Amino acid sequence: MRYIEPHAHMVSRTTDDYEKLALAGCEALCEPAFWAGFDRSSADGFYDYFRQLTDYEPKRAAKYGIQHYSWLCINPKEADDPGFAREVMSIIPQFLDCPTVLGIGEIGLNKNTRNELAIFEEHVQLALDRDLPILIHTPHLEDKLKGTHLILDSLASFSKLDRNKVIIDHVEEHTISHVLDAGYWAGMTLYPESKCTPSRAIDMLEIYGTDRLWMNSACDWGHSDPLAVPRCALEMKRRNHSAEQIDQVVYKNPLKFLSQSARFMPGSPKT
Amino acid sequence: MPSKQEILDLQFIDARHMLINLAAFLDRVDRHHGGDDYRLEALKAALPILLSDRSDRAKVVLESFSDLSTDLPQTAPFQGASGATRPTTTPHS
Ligand SMILES: [Zn+2]
Repeated sequence: MRYIEPHAHMVSRTTDDYEKLALAGCEALCEPAFWAGFDRSSADGFYDYFRQLTDYEPKRAAKYGIQHYSWLCINPKEADDPGFAREVMSIIPQFLDCPTVLGIGEIGLNKNTRNELAIFEEHVQLALDRDLPILIHTPHLEDKLKGTHLILDSLASFSKLDRNKVIIDHVEEHTISHVLDAGYWAGMTLYPESKCTPSRAIDMLEIYGTDRLWMNSACDWGHSDPLAVPRCALEMKRRNHSAEQIDQVVYKNPLKFLSQSARFMPGSPKT
Repeated sequence: MPSKQEILDLQFIDARHMLINLAAFLDRVDRHHGGDDYRLEALKAALPILLSDRSDRAKVVLESFSDLSTDLPQTAPFQGASGATRPTTTPHS
């Protein structure tokens, strides 16, 4: 089986995990900038993080024949301090020309605050100015529904936004239709406890179809599984989904969305 | 698509296991000392949804755990999410 892991936080994972992904058929993976589990003490911390995402991780992945791409931003958790967030945002443009940077992400909301929303909108404008795709994180647990509505309302105010170039991630049963009905792509994150299990993700595929949907492991420093996507593919097989249907969801769909960046070219060596 | 029978063959034991775990969790909480908790109330409030005949139970359970307030604080009053809405952020409370 071939697949693309469209959302994985490999800075939190060991090199052994790269090997497991390669053995499972992962051809390319994408790493959005996120909260490290602690707040950075300075913008310099982000400068080094962006170097890690754009230089070090692509080389580490290449050793296992996996292409590594990244998305850049300041995450919504640390965006609640707008002064600090703007300082970090000022260093992002110098990384946007790196050959493996796909777009702006994962921006979004965390606790649904005005500060987070202001920085979210500044990121959307940056993406529009540069004609870049956008990857959006929706809040956790009880905050997800409200945050999804806030994000959709905010995006609606950007009249020049191409909704095909925006993916709203971590959807669940109570948010997926809002995202798809508004014309955006939706991502389902497969986590052992929170977000979405493989069984529920497959339910949503059966109910909503496979258009504008992808699945990811978002594997990070928390309780997560870097092999969640191939495990879900196996579960699809057990539920009588055909090899073509599985390939559509785990390979062709992420390929279609990500290829909106000319830099995304699975199969061609990047480093 | 698999039949009802095939889905049961695949997942009944898992569903049974999850239900017994939930029952044991409720027993466990009852056996231990302490006061009421908004998370337990939210969990119990969601249980009747499972017995309804609707076809979107997962969606409605998720909505029942969601913060339905409409106010927007300037900055986060606290960090983290617990899975149920804290009473201070519940509308009409
Ligand atoms: Zn993430």
